[in-house]
Amino acid sequence: MTDQGIGASVKRKEDLRFITGKGQYVDDINRQGQSYAIFVRSPHAHANIKGIDAKAALAAPGVLAIFTGEDLAADKIGGLICGWMIHSKDGSPMKAGPHPALAQGKVRYVGDHVAVVIAETLDQAKDAAEKVAVDYDVLPAAVDPAKTQRSGQPQVHAEAPNNTVYQWHLGDKDAVDAAFAKAAHVTKLDIVNNRLVPNAMEPRAAIGEYDSGTDNLTLWTTSQNPHVARLVLSAFVGIAPEHKLRVIAPDVGGGFGSKIFIYAEETVCIWAARKINRPVKWTADRSEAFYSDAHGRDHVTTAELAVDKAGTILALRANTKANLGAYLSTFASSVPTYLYAPLLSGQYNIPAIYCEVDGVYTNTTPVDAYRGAGRPEATFVIERLVEVAARETGRDPAEFRRQNFITQFPHQTPVIMAYDTGDYAACLDKALAMADYKTFGQRKAASAAKGKLRGIGFSAYIEACGIAPSRAVGSLGAGVGLWESAEIRVNPVGTVEVLTGSHSHGQGHETTMAQIISSKLGVPIDSVSIVHGDTDKVQMGMGTYGSRSGAVGGSAIVKAAEKVIAKGKRVAAACMEVEEDQVDFEAGEFSARGTNKKMTFGEVALQAYVAHKFDPEKIEPGLKETSFYDPKNFTFPSGVHIAEVEIDMATGVTKVDRWTAVDDFGVLINPMIVEGQVHGGIAQGVGQALLEGARYDETGQLVTASFMDYGMPRAADVPSFNVAMTNTPCPSNPLGVKGCGEAGAIAAPAAMVNAITNALGHEGIAMPATPQAVWRAIQKMPRKAAE
Amino acid sequence: MYAFDYRRPHSLNEADLALKAHPGAKLLAGGQTLIPAMKLRLAEPGQVVDLGGIGDLKGITQKDGAIRIGAMTTHAAVAESTVVAAALPGLAALAAGIGDPHVRNRGTIGGSVANNDPGADYPAAVLALGATVHTSKRAIGADQFFNGLFSTVLEESEIITHIDFPVAERFAYAKFANPASRYALVGVAVAKSKSGVRVAVTGAGASGVYRLPQAETALAASFSAKAVDGLKIDASNLMSDIHAEADYRAHLIGVMLRRAVG
Amino acid sequence: MSSVTLTVNGRTVTADVDPRTLLVDFLRTNLRLTGTHVGCDTSQCGACVVHVDGRAIKSCTTLALSCAGSQVTTIEGIGTAAKLHPMQEAFREHHALQCGFCTPGMIMAGIDLVNRKGAKVDEHTIREELEGNICRCTGYHNIVRAIETGAAGMAAMKQAAE
Repeated sequence: MTDQGIGASVKRKEDLRFITGKGQYVDDINRQGQSYAIFVRSPHAHANIKGIDAKAALAAPGVLAIFTGEDLAADKIGGLICGWMIHSKDGSPMKAGPHPALAQGKVRYVGDHVAVVIAETLDQAKDAAEKVAVDYDVLPAAVDPAKTQRSGQPQVHAEAPNNTVYQWHLGDKDAVDAAFAKAAHVTKLDIVNNRLVPNAMEPRAAIGEYDSGTDNLTLWTTSQNPHVARLVLSAFVGIAPEHKLRVIAPDVGGGFGSKIFIYAEETVCIWAARKINRPVKWTADRSEAFYSDAHGRDHVTTAELAVDKAGTILALRANTKANLGAYLSTFASSVPTYLYAPLLSGQYNIPAIYCEVDGVYTNTTPVDAYRGAGRPEATFVIERLVEVAARETGRDPAEFRRQNFITQFPHQTPVIMAYDTGDYAACLDKALAMADYKTFGQRKAASAAKGKLRGIGFSAYIEACGIAPSRAVGSLGAGVGLWESAEIRVNPVGTVEVLTGSHSHGQGHETTMAQIISSKLGVPIDSVSIVHGDTDKVQMGMGTYGSRSGAVGGSAIVKAAEKVIAKGKRVAAACMEVEEDQVDFEAGEFSARGTNKKMTFGEVALQAYVAHKFDPEKIEPGLKETSFYDPKNFTFPSGVHIAEVEIDMATGVTKVDRWTAVDDFGVLINPMIVEGQVHGGIAQGVGQALLEGARYDETGQLVTASFMDYGMPRAADVPSFNVAMTNTPCPSNPLGVKGCGEAGAIAAPAAMVNAITNALGHEGIAMPATPQAVWRAIQKMPRKAAE
Repeated sequence: MYAFDYRRPHSLNEADLALKAHPGAKLLAGGQTLIPAMKLRLAEPGQVVDLGGIGDLKGITQKDGAIRIGAMTTHAAVAESTVVAAALPGLAALAAGIGDPHVRNRGTIGGSVANNDPGADYPAAVLALGATVHTSKRAIGADQFFNGLFSTVLEESEIITHIDFPVAERFAYAKFANPASRYALVGVAVAKSKSGVRVAVTGAGASGVYRLPQAETALAASFSAKAVDGLKIDASNLMSDIHAEADYRAHLIGVMLRRAVG
Repeated sequence: MSSVTLTVNGRTVTADVDPRTLLVDFLRTNLRLTGTHVGCDTSQCGACVVHVDGRAIKSCTTLALSCAGSQVTTIEGIGTAAKLHPMQEAFREHHALQCGFCTPGMIMAGIDLVNRKGAKVDEHTIREELEGNICRCTGYHNIVRAIETGAAGMAAMKQAAE
């Protein structure tokens, strides 16, 4: 079955429904008696609510109910939580203000939820929502993360003086200071990692339904992790106990992190469904998504790299202000801390690292994990520093990297991580060859002849995926474990249902997980169905984010499959009347060593269920096994991306001309799908570098609140990508896989900016490098380079 | 969208009657700007009169040295027209660059010109070519027609029927698209005919589409990119926004002007 | 309410609709053809692309009433699971979709593109012509490959039909 198993680029099983329009996304679902919710949102970044007059709206046609924060409070519905406790360097716990699902007395960002209007039709709900009169006392807003901690700035939450949630640090400050003191060269950069809007193409949506006969609640929601949503809504928000609440995340149209979080809208829909005893549906329009989906990135950093005379890196120092927005979203606190600073060693042997991070409140949309989550920010810091240090010390950027690569594994960095395996030089060599690095000068000359600038940029990234083990992340403040579950139900005819706690929203799990089963159990992938996204079907799971589903969810499937095989051997031994340790299993067949007795997987499954041939005292009937897999370590995918750009000096337009990516993801389950993940990640990274950037004006209005003003990468903005892989199998999980979902988005921004600055001959440009920004940077070029 | 009444007349006469019966009614041409505005509740017409059912308003013909384009002719139809391609290839190219393919299949020249979005492409062509806008009431010269951002001299009950574009010796349009919306951040149309050179700029002007007399003079003397190289573009009457400040727009006008001249 | 009659995927349908009903809402709500999606509200993403009288349009920017008498084709009308349209087949073949949300619009745009530009359409043209369709998952690389292959498949289908 190897033609369908691990390593085969089989076509995706899920595609048929999507290409024929038969996908079932939340908004495609309609429930009997459904009503429609519209949220009244704050038009102000910061204001006290003096009063809400809903009389006229309540009288409008079709209106069923209007609720405000007071109604939630009266039902003792709790606020939304942040599930990762960060302690400041002085040992104090982070200072977080409450996060009510509907505002209580105060709004803190444009788009903050003030009230919900529920009506018979969507248009009626929209019409009535405009009639809700909210009396605001508008307050000045704190908007700029670089300034929000200053005295005199408006205070977002009374609980967090100076808008400071935490002042965290990692590493050995004294060792770093000592290293800098003796450095021959110090490279220093001021870096802004621009705020991004995730913009999964499917806007978020929710349907809450209440069954008064059973007192059961069902929530359909666009979630990457329905079990986590149920846990939070039950245990923290207090909607209903877990056994009375079913959460279903059906087909989900992309997430990129933004659908991990438990938001106000689904919370209100499920609560209100019981309140009015009607299904309540809400679907975001894109404009709402811009305001209400958690944003990503938004760091302001000063970073320094100390290098000795021979070009050896001695130390790295970084100070970051991380904008967390107006409330702490579900995992917001962890992103700029434990998902960021531990990656600052990159692929390099850096003896000393020290990083300080202030997490700050502003009157802006909450910021949380977005594709890469902390790791793109770290990669941008280290890869910009390394590139510029090479330039400043007159070294080839590729060779400077090579000189400082970690070559011995395992490698303990000074910032928590113990890299298990990798071959960074192998990726670099392959990438240099594929990118025709040696002939770059010729291409640059050809561009110059056309009056254009050409630049090449590297990004040798590392990431940490499959965050684990649970005990370790718990010690760092995580409120949950980061294992994954799998249940394998073998049917009497030998077909297989796999229930996974992972959730597929584009990753292709229905195919790749079936491939794992095909390899392990020897059944064709068409005999395997993957069940996910429903808390009534899958007992428990942690969901899909952080490129964890292959390494953690896939490994859980392997573990459960091994149990299925072990049970199958016992059944087969009884049937074939041999000792259990005489039974081998290979390629879907149980055989008795030293005999010609054989049973197919299907035959054993049937015997397990008919239970005619074994002693029930010794073997239980049935063939169903479960595993909860908790990895020993993170996985450490790495790679080298090389961007080559051409810049039109007249307009400042940057064209991405060539892209080379060589990634080490360990073992590949489905190379076709892995390459697709890389392509998509690169496009998002190019988007961050060239087009995307959420911008607020000084009053806290989001001025890039639609696709009219927020530039999304389109087909003509990116080239075809030249993608290849190397493979050092991950030693810490049974599949040897590392995770591939975020690599492109992590690698690409630094490669892009390194290429653009290489073309410009100076470092004076920030992301997004829009035509206007590049044109201005061209005006500041050293004269010789410009000629 | 707010609720509205909908009429779909089948002749210009019926449309006139509908407008007379419902003062303040909004004309729906291709709807590619109006419908998004209505969806976002930025426009609130009580009545919508859909011109899509009036066959007479569609079509492209050539006579007396002009191309006549019916108001309800889609951008795609103009882009694909062999008549336009032969007489004014630059106009076909302009139409082929509006919005995206799907928008071009619905959006119409009449709607674009009547809406006079400061980022729209057609107004630059109308102004540079000195086109004549024909309505249900009168003929309006291009220099009189546009009247500031989203504003024209059209009266409330006036319907554009067709636009006559005089065939020029040369006509070209160079556009620098907004990286997000892909509307014109700057668009420059240049027309050279026996009566002289006309240059119109869209996307940039604080008061919408406008002519660039200094470029016209320079090009009349010598029709070459070199003749307008170094032309000083006044930035004081240009828009500034997050995508382009006035000085960058001024610079781009120069670049697009040279590219249009070729 | 106003009455509208149009043909959707070969079936003539008549319905009373609120004038503000968009074509996409008519398809999704009245006809339960939920393959056509809504991904934005400013007419840019292209998740809602369908064909009206043989041309690709954005059904989120078109009133249902404006389509009276028109022939509308949606993703559900171009092929079946048993007999896929060559463009559908090419999208699967080239892994040109991940989450699948933009896919129906992409496929409808791809077919329209080939109808207009022919079977030998090149990469540059495909990328330019996809201006009205946004995908957040694939980075477009495989979509371009799929449309190239779909174009050849459409030409072969046309040839076979002749």
